[in-house]
Amino acid sequence: MIELNNVTKQYPGCTVPALDNVSLGIERGEFVFLVGPSGAGKSTLIKLIFREQLPSGGKMLFDGRNIAALKQNQLLEHRRQIGMVFQDFRLLKQKTVFENVAFALEVLGRSPKEIIEKVPTALDKVGLSGKAQSFPDKLSGGEQQRVGIARAIVKDPLVIMADEPTGNLDRDNSRQLMDLFETINQNGTTVIIATHEWEIVDRMQKRVVALECGRMIRDEQQGGYSHEL
Amino acid sequence: MNFNSFRYCMRQSIISLHRNLWLAVVTAGIIAISLSILGGFLLLAVNADQMIRNIGTNVEIGVFLEDGVQVEAIQQKLDNHAGIHSYTFVSKEQGLVDFGHSLGDRVLLIGMEGENNPLPDLFRVRTLDAENVPAVAAEIASYPGVEMTDYGEELVGRLLKITGWVNTLFLAVSILLALGAILLIITTIRLSVLARQDEVSIMKYLGASNWFIRFPFLLEGMTMGWTGTLAAAAALAVVYYRLATSLQQEALTFFIQPVTDTAQLLPIFIGLLLLGTLMGGFGSFISVRKFLRV
Repeated sequence: MIELNNVTKQYPGCTVPALDNVSLGIERGEFVFLVGPSGAGKSTLIKLIFREQLPSGGKMLFDGRNIAALKQNQLLEHRRQIGMVFQDFRLLKQKTVFENVAFALEVLGRSPKEIIEKVPTALDKVGLSGKAQSFPDKLSGGEQQRVGIARAIVKDPLVIMADEPTGNLDRDNSRQLMDLFETINQNGTTVIIATHEWEIVDRMQKRVVALECGRMIRDEQQGGYSHEL
Repeated sequence: MNFNSFRYCMRQSIISLHRNLWLAVVTAGIIAISLSILGGFLLLAVNADQMIRNIGTNVEIGVFLEDGVQVEAIQQKLDNHAGIHSYTFVSKEQGLVDFGHSLGDRVLLIGMEGENNPLPDLFRVRTLDAENVPAVAAEIASYPGVEMTDYGEELVGRLLKITGWVNTLFLAVSILLALGAILLIITTIRLSVLARQDEVSIMKYLGASNWFIRFPFLLEGMTMGWTGTLAAAAALAVVYYRLATSLQQEALTFFIQPVTDTAQLLPIFIGLLLLGTLMGGFGSFISVRKFLRV
């Protein structure tokens, strides 16, 4: 579903490329960890797949389409197939949990009927049915990230991409969140998670793509984080 | 953009206007002031134009005829001329009487009656448009039997020059005021966008189209634009109506009568409303542009 051929990303003013000749294929329904230290290129890879950035070289395909060559309306369609989860949750403080999740459907022009049907289901999946009318400030970090995940899954995306989703959470919350990602993946959604938390990766035993200084140094099915990184 | 999106955008712009009510009111107020001045200038321009036109139509061309010429032939030509508003014929006898009146002492003219009358027959011609006076005068001068034509060349020239200056001044001031109002809208909407920057960036990540993001801000700017202009138009209408009524009652000289023709005034008010709304939309468009690059 996602295919990268010799992809390079060089940011202006930097001597070292953020991504250097990376080739990678991700199939539908896979669960992939992107691991590596800060500055390894994990976030850049996610940004390129989302087409927030354009590659400096190489080719990237999503469902057979060249991501770099997408036109404006195709780009919107592309982004609608991806649910993004952020380290800092990026919730709207003035909106309730329900409204935050509904926002993902409102911006796509979905009907109120569909919103009323889908939002409670998404909140139920992340275990926040009882918090629909709460405001984000009243929730714990783990709960806020669950709202972020509910917002990502409510539009039924093909892929969920999370950039350091457990970066602001304690160990227990991180573990619960990863279980949630695994459940989402078992329902057929591709999950790509960028992280540098080795405990999670070692515990989950999923596919691991390791990056270092922009280069892919390991691609292992059911791999661990590897302490050497 | 479907109906659900449109409804969402409308709701967002109303919420945003409500949240930033005072800022919106102040912006609309300043737009109202700017456009009142602009509208005031436009009304002045229309009135100045009419005044100059009135003066212009009062400028007469004196058409002096040769002795013994067929007056009817020239009269027919004047009748058929499209640029002529009206004319009067002054025979040499009438001319002498008028001259005597102007001197106040008819004794001085004794002996000038009849064949000794030195004055020529003449037509006093008024044109439809002051700008055409020189051309019409030159054309009539070429008619057979016309000895010469004469008009206040200096006055007409000066009037035309003043009209040109006044129009240029109005145009320059209007453009400056419009630019000022647009800059103000850009600043206000930018504050509004900054207040919702997080929302805008999340919208992009959720796959919202640029138009979906832009539309509530456009509505917000346009609402500020047209409410400001509506206030300006209402204030102008009241002030102008009072001024016009008092000027008409004062019955000053005919050429400074104000324009009261709705067909001339309505386009100014409608134009101001459109301009205010477009300015609001344009300012918002510029403000939001930068924030859409995600």
